[in-house]
Amino acid sequence: MKTESRLEKILAAGHMAVTSECGPPRGALPEKVKEKAEMLRGCVDGINVTDNQTAMVRMSSTAACIIIKQMGLDPILQMVTRDRNRLALQSDIIGAYAFGINTMLCLSGDHPRFGDHPMAANVYDLDSVQLIQTVKKMRDEGKFQGGADIANAPKMFIGAAANPFADPFELRVMRLAKKVNAGVDFIQTQCIFNLDKFELYMKQVCDRGLHEKVAILAGITPMKTAGAARYMKNKVPGMDVPDEIVKRMEGQPKEKQAEEGVKIAVEAMQRIKEMPGVRGFHIMAIEWEQKVPEIVERAGLLPRPEV
Amino acid sequence: MITAEQKPMQEIINCIAPYDRILLVGCNECVTVCSAGGRKEVGLLASALQLHFLKQGKTLDIKEVTLERQCDPEYVEELVNYMDQVDAVVSMACGCGVQTIAARYREKAVYPAVNTKFMGASERQGIWAERCQGCGDCVLGLTGGICPIARCSKRLMNGPCGGSTKGKCEISPDVDCAWQLIWDRMKALGIEKRYEEVMEAKDWRTSRDGGPRKIVREDLAS
Repeated sequence: MKTESRLEKILAAGHMAVTSECGPPRGALPEKVKEKAEMLRGCVDGINVTDNQTAMVRMSSTAACIIIKQMGLDPILQMVTRDRNRLALQSDIIGAYAFGINTMLCLSGDHPRFGDHPMAANVYDLDSVQLIQTVKKMRDEGKFQGGADIANAPKMFIGAAANPFADPFELRVMRLAKKVNAGVDFIQTQCIFNLDKFELYMKQVCDRGLHEKVAILAGITPMKTAGAARYMKNKVPGMDVPDEIVKRMEGQPKEKQAEEGVKIAVEAMQRIKEMPGVRGFHIMAIEWEQKVPEIVERAGLLPRPEV
Repeated sequence: MITAEQKPMQEIINCIAPYDRILLVGCNECVTVCSAGGRKEVGLLASALQLHFLKQGKTLDIKEVTLERQCDPEYVEELVNYMDQVDAVVSMACGCGVQTIAARYREKAVYPAVNTKFMGASERQGIWAERCQGCGDCVLGLTGGICPIARCSKRLMNGPCGGSTKGKCEISPDVDCAWQLIWDRMKALGIEKRYEEVMEAKDWRTSRDGGPRKIVREDLAS
């Protein structure tokens, strides 16, 4: 074992892993963090805590992770390279590890253009691939990116994102290979709605043997309304929502759309479970965390194994 | 070249309002090529300013000069005979030109009439686009001749990010995804394999992050 991470143990034991996520509040509201995390207790192996997602200021991911850790749960520290240079990133990693946080996700982050501070400088001292390298060097060599020794080096189980649906498609598996070369341990994918395309992606991943080097967790997002489906199809960059999914949502009366969204998610999970190379799921129920236990159960993934 | 755009008229007017005698200085280099501050633009701006102040009952005395190169002390020296005849200087060169004048004529206020934008190239008539950020350690040989630092919105060295859609950047459909361009070039050159090599964290000391930069050529310095 490289770390104390529950996610690493679950994967090492050969179980299908389940992770989900919490967006921290836009204010000093620790109770909000606890409320959201509590909903996920017992039904996931790790809780991602987003880092100023969509470039909007929120409670820091590190602080919210500490709150969740102190509840006896397993936070996954998301870290984007947009807001901090390599000094700040590494000091936050040490700080998080000092509180027992042992799993993280390395991201580049949305451009500030999308958020509430479009006038902010964007840092990008490192990119996501270089952040993976940095965390790995800290863990495996006990050294900072700059080369100096770390006293009690942080042992992080290292995750990253992959979007099988962004362009150019032919590059997507090579980009995953690049993250594997950099030392990533697990991957959480972008929300999957186009199952055929994801299947093709996974086939290419397996053909190259990448699934043996990295654990791929398939991204699942239940949609609440037909409007949300249309929005994701048309407005979110790098998202692939097929027409039939939008039509299925639109075909239901308003009060039944949420149930239809959950049904679509569970059906997707049933099919993805059978795809070679998939090691688990990452459920992103945006501001709908209370649905996660039901989705996990209906997908046949409860109870979560003890490790 | 260095590109620039003229500042809003009102901003220029506000700067020179306290003065009666202005020296308006253009530059024959980059700002001439991008039609922001050459001889022609100096003439147009001078007329516009005079007209504006005339309407307010003030005759503005503007002397127009366009130097061969405003970032070069040798040419800036040519302004010496004007200085006792003007109250302030307005420069239509890039920030390098403005500062060369400010350094030479310490007793005279100098105002920029343009916003210096970026190091870029002409895409077609009337359109210039950013191409270089002067990082001081060129990677174009590794990226198929397309710069990820200047042209990727997140300056990713191992892109593209998940926001690349149909060859365009997530920030705007008007912005090309630099990594799509790099990938297309790698394919054209038959070096796709190289894509999977990780580009390591960049040493930004050679860029602005290392502090203001200077080139000293001992063989040329006098």
